[in-house]
Amino acid sequence: MSNRAPADPAPTADNRQKLLEATMRRHQYRPDALIEVLHKAQELYGHLSPQLLASIARSLHLPPSRVYGVATFYHFFSLAPQGEHTCTVCLGTACYVKGAMEILTALEAETGLKAGHTSPDGRLSLLTARCLGACGIAPAVVLDGVVIGHADAETLRARLHALLEATPVAS
Amino acid sequence: MDLAELHAIAERERARRKAVRVLCCTSSGCQASRSLELFHQLEAAVTATGQDEAVEVASVGCMGFCGQGPMVRVEPANLLFERVRPEQAPEIIAALAGQPCSVERGDPNHPFFTRQMHVVRRNGGIIDPERIEEYIAAGGYEALYRVLHDFSPAEVIQEITRSGLRGRGGAGYPTGLKWATVAKSPGERKFVVCNGDEGDPGAFMDRSILESDPHLVLEGMAIAAYAVGAHEGYIFVRGEYPLAIQRLNRAINQARKLGLLGSQIFETAFDFKVEIRVGAGAFVCGEETALIASIEGRRGQPRPRPPYPAEKGLWGFPTLINNVETFANIVPIIENGADWYAAIGTEKSKGTKVFALTGKVRNTGLIEVPMGMTLREIVEDLGGGSPDGTPVKAVQTGGPSGGCIPARLFDTPVDYESLAAAGSIMGSGGMVVMDDHTSMVEIARFYMAFCMDESCGKCVPCRVGTVQMHRLLSKIAAGQATPVDLEQLEQLCRLVRETSLCGLGQSAPNPVLSTLRYFREEYEALLREDAAASANGKP
Ligand SMILES: Cc1cc2nc3c(=O)[nH]c(=O)nc-3n(C[C@H](O)[C@H](O)[C@H](O)COP(=O)(O)O)c2cc1C
Ligand code: SF4
Ligand code: FES
Repeated sequence: MSNRAPADPAPTADNRQKLLEATMRRHQYRPDALIEVLHKAQELYGHLSPQLLASIARSLHLPPSRVYGVATFYHFFSLAPQGEHTCTVCLGTACYVKGAMEILTALEAETGLKAGHTSPDGRLSLLTARCLGACGIAPAVVLDGVVIGHADAETLRARLHALLEATPVAS
Repeated sequence: MDLAELHAIAERERARRKAVRVLCCTSSGCQASRSLELFHQLEAAVTATGQDEAVEVASVGCMGFCGQGPMVRVEPANLLFERVRPEQAPEIIAALAGQPCSVERGDPNHPFFTRQMHVVRRNGGIIDPERIEEYIAAGGYEALYRVLHDFSPAEVIQEITRSGLRGRGGAGYPTGLKWATVAKSPGERKFVVCNGDEGDPGAFMDRSILESDPHLVLEGMAIAAYAVGAHEGYIFVRGEYPLAIQRLNRAINQARKLGLLGSQIFETAFDFKVEIRVGAGAFVCGEETALIASIEGRRGQPRPRPPYPAEKGLWGFPTLINNVETFANIVPIIENGADWYAAIGTEKSKGTKVFALTGKVRNTGLIEVPMGMTLREIVEDLGGGSPDGTPVKAVQTGGPSGGCIPARLFDTPVDYESLAAAGSIMGSGGMVVMDDHTSMVEIARFYMAFCMDESCGKCVPCRVGTVQMHRLLSKIAAGQATPVDLEQLEQLCRLVRETSLCGLGQSAPNPVLSTLRYFREEYEALLREDAAASANGKP
């Protein structure tokens, strides 16, 4: 869950490439390091574009189908860009029993988004999780990487609203 | 590193301790309620009041009572503060000097605490998980030393076997037996793998153990490696657990620097190195053969067993896979002996078990209790019953592989056999309490949606069956199903259970079957009347 604060200077293109190379070198370009490399790539680039997957396949000497297959198998990897902000509602059992569904419904109504989607302007992704392991403070919601426990629909709606208002579109 | 040096570290650490310790939980649950900020404010308050000499503030792991976090505990006065806000830090520090204090007080003598028995959680909320010195001061790594110097590998296995420890990952397979199999399997290389995938929704025991006491798990893995003849280990942790990963990384580095991991540990011929592998979000990767595939960088799809990983595991070599909590039990067993351990718990389920108690109970959090405690004691005494007076209806145990146990069976003791007899399983230890507002059909539908999404797709019964079962459950929930649909659902349950390749598909029907067994009337109440008539032969 790496959500760069807007203040962070974005790593330059070649810098990111260098960091990714370093990770692959550390694993000696071994094919079995694929998942580690994909984790790093997503952390650096935010998502795994087709070009990125192709270049990883070349570096690790793996067929592109294998890389694509692994990237799509795991929920953690995203092939499409995520929104500038992300809001993840946990729908695990503990959260579900404590009303997580109502929270999600309220947020869907507030944002006009369906769970799993990103707004057309790229400002917000509304996501769900299967369990964050924060069940003791259920229902739990993650807003831009920060876990909020004992969440309720009203407060969340307000926080989301404030968040989208506060950051200028150009950030 | 030898024993004298280990003791010297422990001595230095004890000498460094100040008279008063203010322990602030910085595990992920409490961090979500600003406990990091609270920790810094507490430190600032100590400095501001000139008490640096006598008072220290320590960042510690989980104290268990997550629902009431952030938690702060003061030793040796045994004061407990709950739901503390960072702004309240000065008040707590002032209270140490006898000033009045309005911060919500917890009761350390609450049954939630007194009814527990801490074996694997003994350091949780007491030591700073980021400082190996504190673990060593608590006696850490002495068990590893003793094992390497005084035990043969066979003796270690014998001790674990005699303790009666069974795997905490769900199935309850005897740990000693598994270790013996791996030890016997021929192989140039062998591996030890710690399963920290913890995919069951509603479970966070393993997360808490890794965050609160990472060295306990590492030491347990090292002892296991010595016993089975492995020199390489992997800890597979969910990507959703960044704090656990960070603390494990730190722990591995610290242990390596002190020569407690790596080559020639404690100046013996024993080498053991450990690496972390971060999961990428797939429940099925908790299944051991899928986990192996994932560590090898492939899609996490299970394969038929045998051969079991104990014979052919990672890259085809014999591999020991145990759960986080299983490994966390090893050091206490070595320290106190197999007889001590075997005296805790029941006839067939020895020791303690950590549960994540959540849902509709007053006290939510982590508890560790001796096996054999009844569900009633757990839900009513420790959990404090329902939070708002709505009657408790059932407890769900074992996650998607488990089932719902109705309130009238709450005198069931919690052990592997009794839970299975009640139509559920121990699983990894999630316990979700449900009250009369919870629809059992919805719960079954919820788990089926989970299994449908998480099915790896390799075999047809699971891939197609879960979708069909989910469709039928949705139809029932929407009030559009007929008795024929219910019959078909039950048939599908049996089919999927018997023909799926791995545990995911084999157990996916469990939540449906168990709710059907105890709450059938809820399903039937949703069936369509008119359709029921038509099923009886009328047009
Ligand atoms: C679908 C599925 C998911 C599983 N998830 C986990 C898990 O998250 N953690 C775990 O320790 N075991 C999990 N298991 C059980 C493991 O396959 C394995 O039995 C266990 O890690 C062995 O450790 P133990 O003997 O210490 O219990 C899962 C099994 C299945 C079929
Ligand atoms: S039972 Fe399900 S999860 Fe297991 S191998 Fe078959 S399709 Fe995959
Ligand atoms: S069920 Fe939501 S955090 Fe576990």
